[in-house]
Amino acid sequence: MNAETNAARRFLQGFVRSIVPVLLALIVASLIMLAIGSSPTEFLAGVLKYGITGSNWQRSLALMSPLLIVAVGLIVAFRGQLWNLGYNGQYLLGAVVASGLGPILFGKMPAALATIIIFIVAVLAGAVWSLVPAILKARYGTNEIITSLVMSSIAVGVVNLLIKGIFKDPKVTTPQTPVVSDSNLLPFIPGTQIHIGFVIAILLAVVAQFVLTRTSFGLRVDVFGASPKAARHVGLNSTWMVILLFAISSGLIAFAGSIDILGQFSYQRADWSPRYGDSVMPLVFLARFRPVAAIPFVAFYAVLATGGTLAAQQAGLNVDFLLVIVGLILLFMTITEYIGDRRRLGQSYLPQGLRRSLRLPLRNKSEGTAA
Amino acid sequence: MTTTAPSGVTSLRGITKAFPGVVANDDVSLDIVSGQVHCLLGENGAGKSTLISILAGMQRPDSGTVSIDGDLVDISSPRMAVDFGIGVVHQHSTLVPAFTVLENLMLGESGVMRDKKRAKQRLEELADLLGVRIDPDALTSDLGLGQQQQVEIAKAMWKGSRLLVLDEPTSMLTPQAIEHLAESIERVKAQGLAVMLVTHKLREAYAMGDCVTILRGGRNVGHIAVDELSSYSEQEAQDAILAAMFGEDLAVLGDDASELAGAAEATRETRTFDFDSRPIRLELRGVSSRGGGRDVEVEDISFSVREGEILGIAGIDGHGQGALSELVAGQRLASSGTVLFDGVDITRTGVRSRQRLGVRYVTDDRLHEGTIGAMSVALNLVIKRIGERPFWRGGRIQPKAVGVEAERLIDEYDIRTPSPETRAGTLSGGNIQKILLARELTNGAKLVVVNKPTYGLDLKTVHMVRELLIDFAAQGGSVLLLSTDLDELIELSHRVEVISRGRLVGSVINDGAGTAEKVGQYMTGAIEGTH
Repeated sequence: MNAETNAARRFLQGFVRSIVPVLLALIVASLIMLAIGSSPTEFLAGVLKYGITGSNWQRSLALMSPLLIVAVGLIVAFRGQLWNLGYNGQYLLGAVVASGLGPILFGKMPAALATIIIFIVAVLAGAVWSLVPAILKARYGTNEIITSLVMSSIAVGVVNLLIKGIFKDPKVTTPQTPVVSDSNLLPFIPGTQIHIGFVIAILLAVVAQFVLTRTSFGLRVDVFGASPKAARHVGLNSTWMVILLFAISSGLIAFAGSIDILGQFSYQRADWSPRYGDSVMPLVFLARFRPVAAIPFVAFYAVLATGGTLAAQQAGLNVDFLLVIVGLILLFMTITEYIGDRRRLGQSYLPQGLRRSLRLPLRNKSEGTAA
Repeated sequence: MTTTAPSGVTSLRGITKAFPGVVANDDVSLDIVSGQVHCLLGENGAGKSTLISILAGMQRPDSGTVSIDGDLVDISSPRMAVDFGIGVVHQHSTLVPAFTVLENLMLGESGVMRDKKRAKQRLEELADLLGVRIDPDALTSDLGLGQQQQVEIAKAMWKGSRLLVLDEPTSMLTPQAIEHLAESIERVKAQGLAVMLVTHKLREAYAMGDCVTILRGGRNVGHIAVDELSSYSEQEAQDAILAAMFGEDLAVLGDDASELAGAAEATRETRTFDFDSRPIRLELRGVSSRGGGRDVEVEDISFSVREGEILGIAGIDGHGQGALSELVAGQRLASSGTVLFDGVDITRTGVRSRQRLGVRYVTDDRLHEGTIGAMSVALNLVIKRIGERPFWRGGRIQPKAVGVEAERLIDEYDIRTPSPETRAGTLSGGNIQKILLARELTNGAKLVVVNKPTYGLDLKTVHMVRELLIDFAAQGGSVLLLSTDLDELIELSHRVEVISRGRLVGSVINDGAGTAEKVGQYMTGAIEGTH
């Protein structure tokens, strides 16, 4: 019984700590809007109007699909304390597989088969792309943040070259791929305008949650994430673990790209990048690396993004203002984390090992010498 | 203690310092008088280190005062401590290995230009004072630990010192080097300096100290003044100190108390062992290790451990103990040579297969390698069997089976935890070590590698750990005991091998007096003999 009340309290505290940064970010964003002469109430009302009311909620849910899959991909890597920041490149790789192969394959075989092939190739493309940072990390201990970012830039370049080159639609002058016809796109959930990618994303989150928290594989990931030394001690193959987690993470993010093209965009332009990962990253921290917990956060952001684009224009703001809000969430998350940690409240966003290494440089040197 | 403050006295009054969850110093008062060696005695966690870091200006007390010659002082930084003439030699080296002795000594100089000539003079003065020879241009990394420590002492006294604080100075030294140290301390004392000697070994306190203060649980639980100590016989002094150190636990521990406190020379506690009658369990033939890190690797190691034998590996910390234990546990690859277990070649066998064969490893890094602090005690107890029945079925964890196993081990090994679900990281060091032992010594363990099994533990747990290892061997288990504590090796081992710079340099059968000296000779010969 004691354990139960404890768990309930922990849940409540975790909940508070997740919501507070979002609220604070919205408040400060409102103040900024006031300062630059826009109306925050108008903006927020706009977000609700264009994000939820009418059939707008369907657009928000459709946007959730790639966001949530990217989130799950990030969670898989982050739980193992592998900081895969190459998500933008990985997403675009997956997208270009769909937009490039789609027009070629759909003419030659049944749509379902082509779709499955596209998904598989997209996942493989992402996974293979991640081998470079993964192997460098496993073999030489190279910092994966830097290598995955660099690989991401290279991927962006490669994708642009593909779109301007072999995948270019010869019928138009702008560098873009041919449009996949509506009949070949992912089907809608009956009675809505939401493609089934949404269902796939929710399923993926639930499955990932189960695998990560209930299975031996999930425990291995957690052991590895908590301490690579402990992982070696327990007998895990660290090299394999790094490569596997990176491949799953990167493969999932690429999958999000391909699903987004086949469900939503139907073609891809050069130099286009939705940069979902940038917005999703703080959210997975807020969800404490739990896939199912990420669903509400992603839903919140999807509404904000869907409604925010129009609302921002109406309130006389730049669309980039959305990123300001995300940045503020990140900032307040860090502050809440720090204050909460000092007062030993609730749970942390980060696994223990990382918290230690992050805080160490800031700490007063003498603190370490307790008896 | 008097309230008058004669000159030459550093007085601590009512020092209290608390950290989250523990009061490290609780109203500690003591006087350190010039021309005397003041011993500070207490087990791990008694609050010695905190008291020193307060003297060194690294911590500030929550309450209480420090006064020097009757003037209240506020030691708010290490620099202030140096200005007040308080020099501290820490337990672990603070020298920069890539610098020469002279460069290390001049690190604290504040002038713009380096005055090498004057520095050399100062070093000569100090070397004279300490009665040692120190080559100013030698690289610090080339020095033996005994010599490094002399450099540290010189560094602490560099700017002229009134109080020299030595934190566990003997823990890394061979018996021979300890004698040198004792001579140096005598000379420093004769110069009229005050010396504070921190130790957890009773016989050192008795041999080197003029007066003794005993800390227990952060409190000053006993003080033996200069005249008292000199009037006591050795036995009386021992009894007085033991009573203060252990309090009510003294009756429980009985004779073991004096051994735990290092009152006398250690003697073997295990039964005599007939080597020939027992089959060989583990054999290493010319094994060298290869790892990715900067650790010292082992080279060309050959030895065997028999069934029921405790084989000790003595050596100064960082001479390949880590590599050797990982090699046997399977965590590190052998680049050459053969590892045989019960006659079967396991050189290429991984950690988990060796685990199943009965090879176990209690690592010295119990916080970050041996356990996962953020996970529950129960999970930590089964973590080496991830995916195995009955704890996992079809890849899914079976909380009931895990719970039953956890309860059993918690009970058997007396792990003090609020519940099996408590995070392991919140337990005390002693209880974390019990988790490791419970996991490694049970379920078909045949050979256990233990690396520094009692390092940093309180004396009661130290006692329990040693008893567990002795029992394990008595029931036919083999133990490979790597330790830097010579007393521990002598108490437990049937045989002691000496490791130095990754090689085994000598073997001593532990059958009577003189083992420590022989081991010390091997260590000295291997390390300091090269200079």
